[in-house]
Amino acid sequence: MKNKRTELKVSAIRNGTVIDHIPAENTFRVFALLNLESSSDHVYFGTNLESRKLGKKGIIKISNLFFKPEEISKIALVAPHATLIEIRDYEIVKKEQVLLPEEIHKIVKCVNPKCVTNNQNVPTYFQVIYDHHGKMKLACRYCEKTMSMKDVAFV
Amino acid sequence: MIHLKNRSLVSITDYSKEEILKVLDIAEGFEKDQRQKILTNHVIASLFFEPSTRTRLSFESAVQYLGGSIIGFASAGTSSVKKGESLKDTILTVSNYSDLIVMRNPLDGSARFASEVSPVPIINAGDGANQHPTQCLLDLYSIRKTQGTLENIHIALVGDLKYGRTVHSLVQALSLFNATFHLVSPESLKLPSGVKKWIKDAGLEYEQYTELSDVIPVADIIYMTRIQGERFPDPMEYEKVKNSYILNNSMLEKSKETMRVLHPLPRVNEISEEVDDNPKAYYFQQAKNGVYVRQALIAAILGLKE
Repeated sequence: MKNKRTELKVSAIRNGTVIDHIPAENTFRVFALLNLESSSDHVYFGTNLESRKLGKKGIIKISNLFFKPEEISKIALVAPHATLIEIRDYEIVKKEQVLLPEEIHKIVKCVNPKCVTNNQNVPTYFQVIYDHHGKMKLACRYCEKTMSMKDVAFV
Repeated sequence: MIHLKNRSLVSITDYSKEEILKVLDIAEGFEKDQRQKILTNHVIASLFFEPSTRTRLSFESAVQYLGGSIIGFASAGTSSVKKGESLKDTILTVSNYSDLIVMRNPLDGSARFASEVSPVPIINAGDGANQHPTQCLLDLYSIRKTQGTLENIHIALVGDLKYGRTVHSLVQALSLFNATFHLVSPESLKLPSGVKKWIKDAGLEYEQYTELSDVIPVADIIYMTRIQGERFPDPMEYEKVKNSYILNNSMLEKSKETMRVLHPLPRVNEISEEVDDNPKAYYFQQAKNGVYVRQALIAAILGLKE
């Protein structure tokens, strides 16, 4: 029931996309990653909402914009459990988890200051790997260092 | 079929077990007959963006023994880098003048990037703290030469196992050959967990020690590395451990007859000079083997040896 109340705090949209279950601390990162500040349509967002799954979560609703899961896969880096909901005429027509690609190209900075990608004009390239505790990490194709998700910074 | 022709070598993991063995076999041929003038029509570029004595001279010696010509620079200060040229532009330009580029560069990952933009193959002669695959190949050559095989070796890796890139590459490579690893280091310079994972993933064993004397009787190879005092957060700790990692002749008395001591060099004081005359000391021969291995690599990559 709690979830229903938090939904009501943000206006419903007629057509568009809802991104739910964003970790609260990353709501603005998702907002920036999708370049929503330059959107000319209605965009609603809430953060620090109660969530049974995440404790505190963020939610973003974007009018008249639709994404394929792979198009917004980059948000999976900061919101791995986010749900993508497609709304048509106020109805949910599709609901799916964001998908993390196996490779991350250009959007993330390497954490190693001595990496060639931080010193020359070289686009970054990472492989998504999992350590022996099953934790997600990014391995730089160039300097071969791995970084944990808390160190992820975007280009 | 093994195809090394026209392939860059950036990281030791670029090569399969069979490809590593192929290079070592070709290197053996050069040990038997070093002055094979098969490179007379070739130009090799040697681009050292940071100074290096051993590696650069070893490569240049390899090219000269093969009868090839060498062009290049020995430090960034004498190159167009000083004028602000990008690495990509330097590589694209020099690739017009040469058949193969040997490169050392202080930036991690610079060799991988160079191999992606270069129309000619690149041999990585060290990219920052990342990889130094020809050192690894000459280490493997020296182990096989002294033990008769690379399989089932008990190797003691001693010293700075945290930052030493040669140690990391050697662990990766020897994991292909069913090695047992004896890891000897001070608490603060232990092998990183990511590197230990390669050992575990290969289903192999390792043991960690803080005392060098514990591993001497079991080792087939003792691979010494330098411990740099500045790596220690606490200088007191360095003072405590520094002498326990100095190898001397009396310690070697308990070692196997066939055991050999390797060191990537330069040595500072971690092997006493008295050991140099001990028949178990192999580090200068190891450096010599580097020339054969580099001759083999250049010949294989240019398609002159198969």
